[in-house]
Amino acid sequence: MSGTSTAGGAAVLAVLVGLPALAGVALLLTGRRADRIAGPLAVLTTTAAFALAAVAAGDRPQLSVPFLGVVPGGDLRLSVDGLSAVLVVLVAAVGLLTTVFAAADLPADAARARFFGYFLLFIAAMLTTVTAATMPVLLVAWELMGATSYALIGYRWQEPGRLSAGTTAFLTTRAADLGLYVAAGAALAGTGGLVLADLPAADGGWRDLAAAGLLVAALGKSAQLPLSAWLSGAMQGPSPVSALLHSATMVAAGGYLLLRVQPLLAATGWAAAAAAWAGALTALVLGAVAVAQRDLKQLLAASTAAQIGFVVLAAGVGAVSGGTAQLVAHAAVKAALFVAAGAWLTAYGTKQLAGLRGAARRHRGLGAAATVAALALAGVPPLSLWATKDEVLAGVDGAALRVVGLAAAVLSAVYAGRVLAVVLARPAGEEFFDEEERGTRRIPPASTGVAAVLAVFAAGLGVLAVPAVAEPLKALLGVVGESSPTVGELVLSGGLAAGALTGTVALLHRLPEVAGALERSPLAGWVGLGRLLSPRPAMALARVLATLDDRVLDRAVEGVGAAARRTAAAAARVDGSVVDGAVRATAEALRRAGAAARRPQTGLLHQYYAQAAAGLGVLLVLLLVVR
Amino acid sequence: MLLTVVIFLPLVAAGVLLAAPRLGGRAAIVLWVAASAVDLALVAWMWWRFDPGPSPAGVVGGPAYEVDLQWIPTVDAGYHIGVDGLSLPLLALTGVVFLACAVYSLRESHRPRSYAALFLFLQTASLGTFAALDLILFFVFFDLTIVGMYFVIAGWGHGNARRSALKFFLYTFVGSLALLVGFIGLFLGGEQRTFDMVALAADPPLANSPVAGGLVLVAIGLGLAVKTPLFPFHTWLPDAHTDAPAAGSAVLAGILLKLGTYGFVRIAMPILPDAWQRWAMVAVVAGVVSVLWGAFVALAQTDVKRMIAYTSVNHMGYVLLGLGAAGLVTPADDGARTIATVGAVYQMVSHGLLTGALFLLSGVLWSRGHTYTLDRWGGLARPAPVFAASLAVAAFGSLGLPGLSGFIAEFQVFTGALQAAPVATVLAVVGILVTAGLFLLALQRLLTGDTVVPLDEDGADRLSTRPEGGGTATATRPRTATVMRDLRGHELASIVPLLVLAVVLGLFPRVLLDVVEPAAAAVVQLVAR
Repeated sequence: MSGTSTAGGAAVLAVLVGLPALAGVALLLTGRRADRIAGPLAVLTTTAAFALAAVAAGDRPQLSVPFLGVVPGGDLRLSVDGLSAVLVVLVAAVGLLTTVFAAADLPADAARARFFGYFLLFIAAMLTTVTAATMPVLLVAWELMGATSYALIGYRWQEPGRLSAGTTAFLTTRAADLGLYVAAGAALAGTGGLVLADLPAADGGWRDLAAAGLLVAALGKSAQLPLSAWLSGAMQGPSPVSALLHSATMVAAGGYLLLRVQPLLAATGWAAAAAAWAGALTALVLGAVAVAQRDLKQLLAASTAAQIGFVVLAAGVGAVSGGTAQLVAHAAVKAALFVAAGAWLTAYGTKQLAGLRGAARRHRGLGAAATVAALALAGVPPLSLWATKDEVLAGVDGAALRVVGLAAAVLSAVYAGRVLAVVLARPAGEEFFDEEERGTRRIPPASTGVAAVLAVFAAGLGVLAVPAVAEPLKALLGVVGESSPTVGELVLSGGLAAGALTGTVALLHRLPEVAGALERSPLAGWVGLGRLLSPRPAMALARVLATLDDRVLDRAVEGVGAAARRTAAAAARVDGSVVDGAVRATAEALRRAGAAARRPQTGLLHQYYAQAAAGLGVLLVLLLVVR
Repeated sequence: MLLTVVIFLPLVAAGVLLAAPRLGGRAAIVLWVAASAVDLALVAWMWWRFDPGPSPAGVVGGPAYEVDLQWIPTVDAGYHIGVDGLSLPLLALTGVVFLACAVYSLRESHRPRSYAALFLFLQTASLGTFAALDLILFFVFFDLTIVGMYFVIAGWGHGNARRSALKFFLYTFVGSLALLVGFIGLFLGGEQRTFDMVALAADPPLANSPVAGGLVLVAIGLGLAVKTPLFPFHTWLPDAHTDAPAAGSAVLAGILLKLGTYGFVRIAMPILPDAWQRWAMVAVVAGVVSVLWGAFVALAQTDVKRMIAYTSVNHMGYVLLGLGAAGLVTPADDGARTIATVGAVYQMVSHGLLTGALFLLSGVLWSRGHTYTLDRWGGLARPAPVFAASLAVAAFGSLGLPGLSGFIAEFQVFTGALQAAPVATVLAVVGILVTAGLFLLALQRLLTGDTVVPLDEDGADRLSTRPEGGGTATATRPRTATVMRDLRGHELASIVPLLVLAVVLGLFPRVLLDVVEPAAAAVVQLVAR
C-alpha cells in the first residue's frame, strides 16, 4: 500500500491539513462569540486530524496544489514518506492531547476562540511542515508556525512583557528563517527547481549554500546554540502552548528538518559536522543551564533545547532512526512534564521550584505521571529516552563528540533529579503558593488523564531500542543499516543516568544550599545568550541612518533648492545691477548729455553772439591746424 | 474602445462634478464612488475577457484592447494604448485603490466636490500611464499625476502641507524632465524615429552604441528612480506622505510609486535591453541599498506615517532587485530570472494593496487624535479591536508573512535573484527581518500597554477624558482619553477589501500569476536579446 498516490489519499492529506486551518480561521473570525464552543470544536477537530493522520501514515498519500509557476517544485506539494508518517502521527497525537489539556486548563472567561483559533492554525502549519516536499510550501508552513507562535506566546497581551516575549521569539526564529529563503534561492540556482528531495544533487557551491541556509533555519527554530534564548522568553506563553510548541512540535521542527535533509548535510560533509557539534554542544550547555534554573518551566525549556540537541546531533552523524526515535520519545516526555507544570501553575499559582515542593504528593495521579516522565527524561532504564539517546550516540564516531554526548546525558539526569527532589519531597506548607497568579487548588481530571497518557508513552517508547522494533523503524525510514547501541553502551549510559540521578537527589537532600548557589551562577541567566538577541545594535544603526537621511540626504536636496534660489537671487541682482544698470547708465548719460545740450539755449542774444564767435574761432583754429 | 472608456470615464465624472456647482458634498462623493465602482467593474470585465495565451501577448506584439490613433504625426507620437500581462494587474490595482479611497472619503467635509473631481482626474492620469504604449502619451499622463497629487497635498493636507507639496512637485517634476530627455534620446537613437513603445521594443534603438544607450538609460533611470523612489532620491516621500490626507497617501504609495517601477519593466528593460544588461548590477545595488536603508530608517521613526513611507522605499527596493537580477543574463538561467521578474511585478500589486490599507489605517488614527506620533497612542486593541486586527493583518502582510500577497512577491524576488546576485540577495533578505522588527514594535506600542488616546486641544473628540497628572498640569500636557471609536462603516468598507484581496493573492497566487508569468517571461526574453 505504501508509496501509492490516489485521489482519495490526496483528499485525506488535504483535509488533514485543511481542517484544523479552516476551523482555526473560523474561530478567529467569529471572535468572542465562539468562546463557549471553541474548546469542544478544537477537540473534535484535532480528534479528526489524529484519525486522518493515522490513515495518511498508512496510506502515504501525495498532494500537489498549483502555487508558483515557471519552474518545477513551485507547487504546494505535500507527501507522506516514512519520516513524515511518524511525524504526522506524533504531531496530531500531541496536538490532540494538548488541546484536551488546554480546554481543561484555560479559565472559562478567557478569549478561548482566539486561543484555539491560533492553536489549530499552528497545528495545521506544523502538519504541513512535516509533510512539505517543496521549498515554497515548507517556507509557508515554517513561517506561519513562527507567526502563530508569536500570537500564542503573546496570547495574554494585556499583561506587560508577554507580547514582547512573542516578538523576541518571532524575530529570532525569523532571523534564522532567512536561511530558508537563501536555501530556496540556492535550490533554484543549483537544481533548476524547488524540490526538497533534489537538494543533495545540487551543483557545487549552491549545495553548500543551501545546506548552510537550512542549517541556520533549523538551529534557530530548535533553539540551538547560539540562538537559544528566545525559548526562555517563550515560557511567558500559556502552559498548553509550552506543552505543544516548546516541547513536541515547533522546536522539534528544526530537528525534523535536519533529519529530512540529512543526505544533503552528509553530501557537503562540513554541514553534517557542524550540525553534530551544534547539537552536542547545545545538549551540554543548555543541559547545564537547565540544572541551574529556579523556575520549573525555564528548566524544562532549557532541557528541551538540550534534548533536541541530541536530534540535531543525530542528523549530523547520520543516525536518522535514532534521531527520529529521540524526537518522538522526547515529545511524549516533555509534553507530559509541561502539562504537569501547567496544571500545577494553574492549581498553585506558581512554577517556582521552591513553591512546588511536594507538588507530586498532593495530587497523586498527576504526580505519578510527572515522576515517570522525569525519570524518562533522566535517561533511567528502561524508559524511553535512555534507549533513544543511546541509538543516537551509537551513530557517533569521534571520541570527543561521544564524550560531550555522554556528559550531556549525565546532565539530563542531574536536572531531572533536581525536579524530582523537589516535587517528591515532603510538602513544607503553603507559603510559596500564588506567587505568579491566583491558584485554583484544583487539578482537572482531564489534565491528569492527558499527563497519564503521555507518561505511558514516555515510559513505553523505550521499545524503540528493542531490535524487534528498531529494525522495522529503520526500514520505515529507509535507513536500514544504521548502527544500534551495544549492550555495553546501554548498560553504561543507564548506569550513568541512574547514578547521576540518585547522586543529585542525595546531594540536594544533604546540602540544599547547592541549589541556591547554582541559581546565582551565570548559568541561571542562560549564560547571557539573551544578549545576543538584543535589538540595540540594530536600533543604533537605524538611528544613525535616520539621522543621515535627515541631515545629509534631505539636507542635500533642500540645499539644491536653496542653492537654486540663491543663484536666482544672484542672477536677479546681476540682472538689476549690471544688465539693467548698463541700460540705465546709458539712459542717464544720454539724459545728462541732453541736459548739457540744453544749457547754451539761454534765450539771451548776446550769449548766442558770443557762442557763434567762439565757434567760428574754433573752426578757424581747426582750419589752421588741418592745413 | 473599452480601454479608452476605462481611462476617461473618471475624467468625465470629474467634469460633471465641476460643471454642477449646486451638487451637495455628499452627493459629489457618492458620484465619485459610483464612477470608480463602474470603472473597476469595467476593468474586471477586461480581466475576465483577457487571455494571456500560450505565447505572451503584449510588450512587442498584439496587446489586448489596443487603440492606435495618430496624434502628432510629425514625430510619430500617437494615442496608442493597450493591455498586456504587465499593465492589466496595475490597471486593476488602480481601480481597486481608487475605489477604496472614494469609499474612505465618504465623510470628507472639506470642499468634497473638488476633492472628488481631483481624485477622478488622478485616476484617469494613472490609468492612462499604465495603458500607454507611446512614450509621449506615457509622459503626459505621468506628469499629470504629479500635478493632481500636488493639489491633493496642498489643498487637503495637514501640517506643513504646502511646503511638502511643493517639494514633491518640484522633485518629481525634475525627475520627469530627465525622463523626457531619455525619451527624446530613444526617439533620436532609433532608426524609425518614433515614440511608439511597441515599435521601439521590437527593434531596440541604440543597440550598437553602448555609450549613448547607457546615457539614455541613465536619464530614464534617474527619472524613474525619483518616482519609485530609490535611495538616494527618496527624501520627498516621507514629507509628502506625512502631510498628505490619508486617501492621498494611499494613492501616492499605492499607485503613483508604481509608475516608476512600471516604467522600468515597460520601457527601460524591453527598449534598452543591451544597456539594461550592462547596467543591471547598478539596479541591483540601488535596489539592495534601498531595501536596507528604507528598512533601517523606518525602524528609527517615531511617526507612524513616516515609518510606513520608509517601508515603501524598502519594498520598492525588492522590485529593483528583482528587475536588476533579470538583466544579469550571464550568471543566471531563464527560469530564475523569470521568477525574479514575476516577483517584482507581484510586489507592485501587493505593495499597492497593503500600503494603501496601512495609510488608510493611519488616517483613522489622524481622524481620532490628530497625531501620528507613536508615543501618543497605546493599548488601542482594547477600545478598537477591529482597528487592531486590521492593522495587524496589514502589518504582517507588509512584513511578508506567508498567506498574504507580500510573501509571494518577496519569496520569488529572493529565490529568483540569488543565482544572479548572491551577495546582494543575501543582504536584501535581511530587509524582511528588519521590517518584521519594526512592524512588531509598532504593533506592540500602538495596540498593547495602557490605553492612551490623544485628544485635540479643542476637545473635538468629546469622550470621557482623563487628565494626566491632574490639577494644574492639564493645561500644559496633552490630554488623553481611554476610549477610541473603532472603525466606522466607511472605513471598514474601504480597508477590509484591500486586506481581503491581499489574503486572496497570498493564498491563491495563480489568480494573478496566470496573467503575470507569460508577460514576465516575455520581458526576460526581450532583455536577453
